[in-house]
Amino acid sequence: MDSSALFSIQLSLMVAVVSTFFIIVIGIPLAYLLARKNFLGKEVLDILLTLPLVLPPTVTGYYLIVAFGRNGFIGRYLYEWMDWTVMFTWYAAVLASFVVALPLMIKTGRAALEAVDGNLINAAYTLGHSNWETALRVTLPLAKRGLLAGVVLSFARALGEFGATLMLAGNIPGKTATMPLVIYSLAASGDWSEATLMVVLLTLMAGIFLYLANRYSKTIF
Amino acid sequence: MKKIIVIVFLSLFTAVALFGIVAAEPPKELTVSAAISLKNAFEELGKLYEVKHAGTKVLFNFGASGDLARQIEGGAPVDVFASAAQKDMDDIAAKGYILPGSRVDFVKNVIVLITPKSSVVKSFMALASDSVKRIAAGNPKTVPAGRYAAEVFDYYKITGPIKDKLVYAENVRQVLDYVARGEVDAGVVYATDAAVRSAETRIAAEAPEASHKPVVYPIAVVKGTKSESAANSFIDIVRSKEGSAILKKYGFRIP
Repeated sequence: MDSSALFSIQLSLMVAVVSTFFIIVIGIPLAYLLARKNFLGKEVLDILLTLPLVLPPTVTGYYLIVAFGRNGFIGRYLYEWMDWTVMFTWYAAVLASFVVALPLMIKTGRAALEAVDGNLINAAYTLGHSNWETALRVTLPLAKRGLLAGVVLSFARALGEFGATLMLAGNIPGKTATMPLVIYSLAASGDWSEATLMVVLLTLMAGIFLYLANRYSKTIF
Repeated sequence: MKKIIVIVFLSLFTAVALFGIVAAEPPKELTVSAAISLKNAFEELGKLYEVKHAGTKVLFNFGASGDLARQIEGGAPVDVFASAAQKDMDDIAAKGYILPGSRVDFVKNVIVLITPKSSVVKSFMALASDSVKRIAAGNPKTVPAGRYAAEVFDYYKITGPIKDKLVYAENVRQVLDYVARGEVDAGVVYATDAAVRSAETRIAAEAPEASHKPVVYPIAVVKGTKSESAANSFIDIVRSKEGSAILKKYGFRIP
């Protein structure tokens, strides 16, 4: 296995961990808002955030380029101010994985939070808990199984992200090529033995992760 | 819950720290976006370039020519673009993303008919016979190799007879894979693709030059590059004698 293949393993794990971190920090509050609050445009927001799950990842990647590329409507300002573009950096891989995997957190999380018994929440309020206390000590803990499932799914999806990453981060060996991209390149250049090795590795990593998630989610919580 | 948060934070920081060590930026980089069919040849050309221009590291970004063109339009920091199709280069050149005067055709490819190893098909004409049940080709709407294949079928006037046997693939390597796995009786690919899986496929026929538009790959310097001279010298290396020898080794021809 050459150095760019080894690097891709490290990069894939990095990208999956960091994007899952942001999915937890941003996705769970979003899921909470969607499940528990009413505001204008709520369902529109839900649809927008869910779209990457339905769209082909390449299309999501194209949207991301239109937004964050050097000529994009957000990327343009970044480039003017900082002379920097997210495209073709590993941050782009994180961003692509984040956007593609976020719907799994939001959909699962929203369903779990909506399923929490409203009587218990109201009881918390009547006992003098504030909004924050109720959320942190009653609502979220009661939905933890569903939230954890959302995190697990998001991480798994981020680990395997291909299409959007290919578009926004590029397929640069040793820099932005994650395991799925390396597998694509190896298969395309007819390097089947190395491709098979990477495929088996990625499958094992995903399998072990899912096993650990199933095995320990009950004991940790 | 607290424990989980602590674990997540710790692993995140360890990971970031590790990454910082590994990802220290090298001093000078040249980014080359190239069609995936050029991968093996370009990786070797990159090594040649790094030997001749010590201190500059060549980064390759391989993908479908259409995707690579979209990235350049979106402002990807690319210095050199090598496309497998004139159309994608034309697209971005028309929009002003290519340095005028830098564009040049650097390799030619040949369209071939391939079959599984054991097949007895010897010509494009034989595709019309009853023994051939399924033929794979790229989708002419999206795959350049598919457009060439359609032109070759027209040239031999077999488009009608084989219409119901065609299986369209979304890229040319998929055609190759169908043939190599024996899922179809024949397929139309580039000679360079056939070379990749010569153990499982055989070349039944080569399409004559008159039968389709020439398959020539253009290369050009991308406008806005921060290292124009390095980009130009990369193209020089590709077109040098040694560069041509490498490209020929992988089945390309020099125009």
